[in-house]
Amino acid sequence: MAHDTKFTNQEFKIVGTRPLRPDGVDKVTGRAKYGADAFAPGQLVGVVLRSPHAHAKIKKIDTSKAEKLKGVKAVITSADLPDLTKGDRGMLDTLENCMARGRALYDGHAVAAVAAIDAETARKALKLIKVDYEILPHVTDVDEAMKPGAPIVQPHVRTTGVEPKPTKASNVSQVTEFGHGDVEAGFARADVVIERSYKTEQTHQGYIEPHACLASVGPDGQGELWVTTQGHFTFRTVCATLLGMDIAKLKVTSSEIGGGFGGKTHVWVEPLALALSRKANRPVKLVMTRDEVFRATGPTCSTSIDVKIGATKDGRITAAKATLRYQDGAFPSIWGMLGAMTSWACYDLENVKSIGYDVLVNRPKVAAYRAPSAPMAAFAVESTMDLVAAEIGMDPVDFRIKNAAKEGTRASYGPTYGPIGIGPTLQAAKNHPHMKAPLKKNQGRGMACGFWFNFGGQTCTDLNIGTDGTVSLTVGTVDVGGARASLSLIAAEELGIPYERVKCTIGDTASLGHNDTTEGSRGTFSSGMATIFAARNAIEVLKERAAKTWDIDVADVEWRNGSAVALRAEHGNLNELTLAELAAASPRTGGPIAGHNEVVADGAGVSFATHICDIEVDPETGKTQVIRYTVIQDAGKAIHPDYVEGQFQGAAAQGIGWALNEEYVYGADGRLQNAGFLDYRIPVCSDLPFIDTQILEIPNPNHPYGVRGVGETSIVPPLAAIANAVSNAAGVRMTHIPMSPPRILKAIKTAQRERTAG
Amino acid sequence: MSGIHVATTINGDAVEYVCDPRETLLDVLRNRLGLTGAKEGCGTGDCGACSVTLDGRLVCACLVLGAEAQGREVTTVEGLSIDGALHPLQTQFIAHAALQCGICTPGFLVAAKALLDRNPDPNEQEIRYALAGNLCRCTGYDKIVRAVSAAAKDVRKKQR
Repeated sequence: MAHDTKFTNQEFKIVGTRPLRPDGVDKVTGRAKYGADAFAPGQLVGVVLRSPHAHAKIKKIDTSKAEKLKGVKAVITSADLPDLTKGDRGMLDTLENCMARGRALYDGHAVAAVAAIDAETARKALKLIKVDYEILPHVTDVDEAMKPGAPIVQPHVRTTGVEPKPTKASNVSQVTEFGHGDVEAGFARADVVIERSYKTEQTHQGYIEPHACLASVGPDGQGELWVTTQGHFTFRTVCATLLGMDIAKLKVTSSEIGGGFGGKTHVWVEPLALALSRKANRPVKLVMTRDEVFRATGPTCSTSIDVKIGATKDGRITAAKATLRYQDGAFPSIWGMLGAMTSWACYDLENVKSIGYDVLVNRPKVAAYRAPSAPMAAFAVESTMDLVAAEIGMDPVDFRIKNAAKEGTRASYGPTYGPIGIGPTLQAAKNHPHMKAPLKKNQGRGMACGFWFNFGGQTCTDLNIGTDGTVSLTVGTVDVGGARASLSLIAAEELGIPYERVKCTIGDTASLGHNDTTEGSRGTFSSGMATIFAARNAIEVLKERAAKTWDIDVADVEWRNGSAVALRAEHGNLNELTLAELAAASPRTGGPIAGHNEVVADGAGVSFATHICDIEVDPETGKTQVIRYTVIQDAGKAIHPDYVEGQFQGAAAQGIGWALNEEYVYGADGRLQNAGFLDYRIPVCSDLPFIDTQILEIPNPNHPYGVRGVGETSIVPPLAAIANAVSNAAGVRMTHIPMSPPRILKAIKTAQRERTAG
Repeated sequence: MSGIHVATTINGDAVEYVCDPRETLLDVLRNRLGLTGAKEGCGTGDCGACSVTLDGRLVCACLVLGAEAQGREVTTVEGLSIDGALHPLQTQFIAHAALQCGICTPGFLVAAKALLDRNPDPNEQEIRYALAGNLCRCTGYDKIVRAVSAAAKDVRKKQR
């Protein structure tokens, strides 16, 4: 049956409360099974040989010695993975990223893989594989890669989005442009014009669980894959396509996931594990090392961005322009485009333009990282916003409030906004006690705004009612941070039963129809919507069973507070039938009671956040300390506020690490120099203060409960908020992320020298 | 290379195994004994996901050899529950939503237990420094610190 997705402003009984998560006990006792926690009879250990070179032609691979080593059961190279992609260039890129085809494109690019009876034998076999490389010139910096004469990463790539169509290969895979109005006229009208350039370094999602899978393929063409993933249905489609298997014959089960943040939306080693298993005809477990995770999965882009803002003296922006250069690693993608789309989304602008460049370099293929591309653009835009506010002598919050987008604003990337939360988050920031708290010496305060689109997508859920009146809810989005609790709340709310009577499970690919990957903050939004509709379908069945039991017309039955109630005076003698009673009687009234729903969950509501932070800078060493941090974000509707707060806090912490510490460091040889948690330092417990949160609820008109995605937006403001705070504390504008102690110290010293010289 | 026979105590039970001399305690726990509660996040002692105690001392199981457990007492997350009931740390981690993905949780619980064993009344800073060897990428640590603080209170109440 068709369901209405419109927001109805219903009163909630349990949505919005904070019950205990259903997977809590398993996770505090060590019982929860993650990617590396599965075992199969006769399983082999898979390991991967990786290129030590940033860019090299692979002239020959000799695996003969490895194959002869006792205990080795399979060795594969790209020769074992023929191109079955039928002209789908994106799919071929995925295959080539999983295993180099003639050329190694980055330090860490896989060139061969081995399955052996144990890890020791497998590692020994890797050393016996002889690869004959011819080293090629490489480029790892985004600006260098755009220069004429730069080494070409992908000779087949021609820049799209420019006229006339280029005939020569370029590292710029696409140019995209967004905006409206006439920016030059707008700048001409401005009293103040500020233009700055910014750089951000490459960071990694840094999930604590490395990629891991257990693959099993038999000679009958059937297979199973146990894997830590954000999208087991997508993994099934991709792996089946790359290996020439029937989609229905590959069952993919998502393990508990030990963090993803976008990094587990793509396949990396899974097709290799399946290919090894098929060749050895035994299960193969393949677990990446941390070094491999850093070198050979999908970090986010490093960027180089120019921003220009013009404004009148009274604080109205007359024109805004951004040029954004994002490196996508060694394969074309859309990250520069997303940077261009998100850059001005917070503001109501008459004249606006953003140009995005997607650039290829000899680094690993970039994957999504939480609100991908938006934090870097926000860093550049929000830093410049502060500079303009200071120049015209206006409070930075008031300046943003004056220019904030609102309902009816035409967004710089195209659509016209419905009800949105940017204005309310700014007002909340303005009124927040944090804004008025005193600062000590060497401390600075910064604030910034952020935007994320959010996503809905294909979703399928299944709700089955047991004869004891308990409910089994099966969803196809993975639970990355408490979704099972939220979805159980929604099912219980709809059915009118206690939360404890619902058990939510993540279904494998054989149990449900296709579900899109859990990305774009879509888990609770879209599976929540499908759960509401599945429950409503089940209620229709329950009402039919009650009507049948009472022998009355189903039109005279209503569902109220977990029971069927007979309407009309002549049915006044009929006692209501509870869900448990109807379930117990179900074997005699027509069999099992269930509700299903398949939906393309359109209408994901855009989300905005405003952050405030205080940073102390030691002017002698450049060391920073986060003193206070406040997150204000619009959630639409917080289903389980604990896990909404958790998303806000976790996103802010990732942003803090990105702003202050985290950075991929490449040597002149094009090799990654800090592929470990010691040298790639993510924030630890003693680095951070408590992170205060304020949840605003501006309902999304396109969801029955008003839900917006909440998972990503709060990684967008921190880079800028912290840069503004550090700049205020240090008395010098920081334009390069991360603001590590050496970079801050250098900026302070340079400013001192300029002051003395001036 | 021939294996080494090891007799040890794990979570209070006598356990024997044969391991390769190069094999880490973490690999022994996970691959030989089926105790997969301790996780490998890095293999280099940087993330703390494999935290266990060895004779009461907090260690990274990835930096200890399996052979070193000979004659000693190992406690893992699987040994935290007391008489079938959850330890107050476990209860408070759930109550405070102090975990999201949960992969770091076993390590945090073992490290927090080691803290409370030596300091039953830690302040915020002491908790933050005691847990600085355990990486969590999901929570920003806020709810973890609150959960440990609440659990410390519960433990003190029980001991009174």
